[in-house]
Amino acid sequence: MLWYLDNWASTRADFVIPQGPNQGRTAGLNENYARELMELHTLGVDGGYTQGDVREVARAFTGWTIDRPREQGRFTFRPAMHDVGPKTVLGHRLPAGGGQADGERVIDILARHPSTARFIATKLTRRFVADDPPPALVARVAAVYQRTDGDIRAMLRTILTAPEFYAASARRAKIKKPFEFVASSVRALGGTVDTRGAEALARAVGTIGERLYQAEPPTGYPDRAEPWINPGALLARLNFALHLSGNRLDGVRVDPVALVRGADRTRPDDVLDHLLGTVLLGQATAGTRAVLAAQLEDARVVRKTADDHGPADTDVGLLTALVLGSPEFQRR
Amino acid sequence: MRSEILTRRVFVKGGACALLATTAAPMLLVRTARAAEGRRRVLVAVFQRGAVDGLAMIPPYGDPAHASARPAIAIQPPRRGDTERALDLDGFFALHPALAPLMPLWTDRALAVVHACGSPDVSRSHFDAQDYMESGTPGVKTTPDGWLARALGTLPDAGSPLRAVALGAALPRSLRGDRGAIAMQSVRDFDVRAATSAAAPRGFEALYEQGVRDLLHGTGRDTFNAVKVVRTAGAAGLAPAHGAQYPRTRFGESMRQIGQLIRADVGLEIAFTDVGGWGTHVGQGNERGQLAVRLQDFATTLAAFARDLGDRMADVVVLTMSEFGRTIGENGNRGTDHGHATAMLVMGGSVRGGRVYGRWPGLRVDQRFEGRDLAVTTDFRSLFIEVARRHLRVAPAASIFPGWTPRAPLDLFA
Repeated sequence: MLWYLDNWASTRADFVIPQGPNQGRTAGLNENYARELMELHTLGVDGGYTQGDVREVARAFTGWTIDRPREQGRFTFRPAMHDVGPKTVLGHRLPAGGGQADGERVIDILARHPSTARFIATKLTRRFVADDPPPALVARVAAVYQRTDGDIRAMLRTILTAPEFYAASARRAKIKKPFEFVASSVRALGGTVDTRGAEALARAVGTIGERLYQAEPPTGYPDRAEPWINPGALLARLNFALHLSGNRLDGVRVDPVALVRGADRTRPDDVLDHLLGTVLLGQATAGTRAVLAAQLEDARVVRKTADDHGPADTDVGLLTALVLGSPEFQRR
Repeated sequence: MRSEILTRRVFVKGGACALLATTAAPMLLVRTARAAEGRRRVLVAVFQRGAVDGLAMIPPYGDPAHASARPAIAIQPPRRGDTERALDLDGFFALHPALAPLMPLWTDRALAVVHACGSPDVSRSHFDAQDYMESGTPGVKTTPDGWLARALGTLPDAGSPLRAVALGAALPRSLRGDRGAIAMQSVRDFDVRAATSAAAPRGFEALYEQGVRDLLHGTGRDTFNAVKVVRTAGAAGLAPAHGAQYPRTRFGESMRQIGQLIRADVGLEIAFTDVGGWGTHVGQGNERGQLAVRLQDFATTLAAFARDLGDRMADVVVLTMSEFGRTIGENGNRGTDHGHATAMLVMGGSVRGGRVYGRWPGLRVDQRFEGRDLAVTTDFRSLFIEVARRHLRVAPAASIFPGWTPRAPLDLFA
């Protein structure tokens, strides 16, 4: 964050750069990290800070920099870059001469702020329960944060034992993000993945909309359904389902037929039920099962032999792709 | 011209169905008629995410405080014949030299600038400010839909599943609330391309045809309708026309594909795309450097789009926007921090270009917003509503920006 949000280069107003390509030039304050620290990582945008607080926090963090920043260096505090004056952050006074402790003090102030409790509680509850988390549960989780001084484990325990977590409305309420969709598809099919396969899967995740480690905004990728469900993204999911089930991903091997071991392959509906049992844990809706059963009437899904007298054979790969592309499999 | 289109419309309504069943020559007529029908007006909204520095895009070199506010990063004022410096627009404003590809459009009066434009909301948060600009309701977070969705909702629906398309991985806030709006990353990949037999797309389509009313099923139904239209229109196969060369960048690719959708007459009315990389907190550069590289891509793409569309630009307006501008003064790292007003561009249609619109607030410290930033003299909604009404022909009574009454129009369009 010191690098990505520019704090490594933020200095007191009158700091003259002693060496390097900008030697002799006066540097100064950079607000980027201070603002995003409060907006995106602690208080939240409505958490009750002002532009004045942004500047004061930026002043507190001057000197928090990186040793040889372009060579993946480590954190270091450079007193010469630090603004030694007194600061006031969210009503708390930081006396002059605090040095590196100024920034640590700011982190303490932000970490213990009730807005931070609510912010973190909302994010965790959204992640585990629903896109629009029940406010009463968020309030309870925020209270746990404050009572335990931010013990995430205690917060999670509260979420995972809450009635809201087990409510019918929370069941499969979350849409799988592209990464979750791809990973759960491979797992559901018991696929084997080598190094090239991992690259192919990472590319697929990106095509569906979640380029790994390349989220542009500093918020990271959203944890809500709307940004992930649209026609382009849905088609990308369906195409992935076909590629995976058809063994057309380099370095990824699946065996759909193994999923229906024990099924009578001359009886297409038996094949389908085995598949739904394995991939959807038997939780397909009646509508989805009926639609898939209707596909079995299609000669391209259930092949007949040339003279139409031999045993039928079901295209398990295609049927598997349809199940992976079903609405149910997009949810977790 | 108008009567001709009217005749064709009547012709399509009355005779197209009958003609569809007959032979090749009448089919050609139907296609021509359809093309005329398809030539409805299009708005292409381009969001420069990350807050572009309007003072670098369109430097106000005539402002006496300009050069001193930005010792390292001010764009050098124009000098006749010198393309390395700012390019003069009107004796006060100039174009960043990297925006040179837009100069012919300016000279042709096909490009207008609205400067010191922005939001009345004071937020310097990218996310809030983008949200406010896209919902069209500064300061109000609960607005469920986007301004482009509301604008489209007031226009007569000719039934295309591709009235609103965003090029990108997700549907932008501006189009949220429009049930049929489509996001796609690629026109070519907008199909069940991996299918080896027609059974696969049919099966998928059936899965989403079920009567369930939720986001997933609704999206699925929209998807398959739109796929058929894009495929039938052959949009993905259209090469850029008139020798247009788009940069091979994400933005270039997005605009190239928007051009395909417009030229293929899929019934597009609103297109949206975004382009990032404007967060120049460190080492912004001046005539050259980080920002110049981004502006070069921006301008080359917009110029290629105008060339690609040719005469068709008479029906198409490109509107650029950004959530806010950047500080007037440079920061400690030869960059700029989050500011207030910025510059927006309007290109094409019947725009009265070759002019910089909006009152100039001045760069002196006492003229600045909160003592540091370029003040907003044109509310972004004044610009957006004018584009919606005068270009898209949204009815004057329609409420695109709830709780806000437009002031004097900019008079951007002829």
